Amino acid sequence: MTEDLANERTEDIEIRLLLDALYYRYHYDFRDYAMASIKRRLRQGRQQLGFASFSAMQDALMRDPDMLPRLLGYLTVQVSEMFRDPSYFRALREKVVPHLRTYPSLKVWIAGCSAGEELYSMVILFREEGLEERTLFYATDINQDALRAAETGIFNLDRIPLFTENHRKSGGRNSLSDYYHAAYGRASFDKSLRRKVVFSDHSLVTDAVFGEMHLISCRNVLIYFNRSAQDRALGLFKDSLVRKGFLGLGAKESLRFSGHADSFVDFVREEKIYQRSAQ
Amino acid sequence: MTARSEAVVIGASAGALEALSAILPSLPAGFRLPVMVVVHVPADKRSVLAELFQNKCQIEVREADDKEPVVGGTVYFAPPDYHLLVEMDRTLSLSSDEPVLFSRPSIDVLFESAADAYGAALIAIVLTGANQDGAQGLCAVAALGGIALVQDPDEAFASAMPEAAINLCPDARIMSLHAIAAYLREV
Repeated sequence: MTEDLANERTEDIEIRLLLDALYYRYHYDFRDYAMASIKRRLRQGRQQLGFASFSAMQDALMRDPDMLPRLLGYLTVQVSEMFRDPSYFRALREKVVPHLRTYPSLKVWIAGCSAGEELYSMVILFREEGLEERTLFYATDINQDALRAAETGIFNLDRIPLFTENHRKSGGRNSLSDYYHAAYGRASFDKSLRRKVVFSDHSLVTDAVFGEMHLISCRNVLIYFNRSAQDRALGLFKDSLVRKGFLGLGAKESLRFSGHADSFVDFVREEKIYQRSAQ
Repeated sequence: MTARSEAVVIGASAGALEALSAILPSLPAGFRLPVMVVVHVPADKRSVLAELFQNKCQIEVREADDKEPVVGGTVYFAPPDYHLLVEMDRTLSLSSDEPVLFSRPSIDVLFESAADAYGAALIAIVLTGANQDGAQGLCAVAALGGIALVQDPDEAFASAMPEAAINLCPDARIMSLHAIAAYLREV
């Protein structure tokens, strides 16, 4: 038992060193992530990639740049769905969109867009509400592979029934099938949906402000950060929003414990939609 | 030598409501330990577990919030569609990582992270259920010297989950719900 516990502590040290190596060698910063979940993913990665220890993995990472995307694949796996939490998108449609209509041009930032589920949901919603033409969408993620996947807009067909149901519950005006083309077990979303989208590599932990946004949607990303990284990201959102701009977070995320809470007011409290205060 | 216990984790699936009703309400008002609970609930449903047990229990019951410090004498339920984990600094965190064994929240995920955080000072309990979740996590707890308890499969509403836990983790103690409740009141 004490042996196991000692190994456990050794493993924690090795993980910290591995994350340091990842930062100093490649400038990917996971040091302020919530460790329990990172540890779980790294253990999975270590086993599947066949390393005896995290130290061995670190050694390979330092010398072989091909290890980087593999490791990032484990560290940044994120699973979302289109129109996840349909009531969130319904609230955007019914409560936020009326405000957005008053602007002649709009900027929307999907922060941590992963493979694009949330992005396509948002563009479809804006198209259905007649706002797409005046909007520029910024889709950012730290994982290049995820960004490339988002740019292709292809999802497995077996996920479509769930997406369709969510879209309907969100108050979708058309059928989701109007927006994709199904073939060979895949649904390929119409490229016109990407016409107004800028894809970009951006880290909420290390990169700077993205200017003058009217809406920022960043859901189930902050839960992966520790308190200080959460606070940094929220500060970034605050500084990137126009006055009275909107911020949407995940169902279990909130500004409650943040140092930036005073800069926002609850807009749709139960959906975690906040508005940047006017001052 | 056993470490003084500092936390309890419980996993339950089919038949969870009845099994938890035999344990949680019996914990006394001054109960010292935090209790983290994963119950498999459908993702699209707003969970009423916390509200339901708040009315029945003598200690505080709530749905876990992200980054919340763990406080003794409190029951924390994992929210539907999120994994619940314990960090080394004994705060809670949530994740929307992929389901494990088709489950989110996953009992294994809670148990393994709590084992890391509490080592030998953890009590882990696998209750009724119709799948294999929790077995792996229970082993992780036992491997670090924590106490592993499993509901007697003969009395469980669904025996598959306790049986899987016993098979994978032979050191686990098999107990009735009644005995588990009495055990917790004594720690």
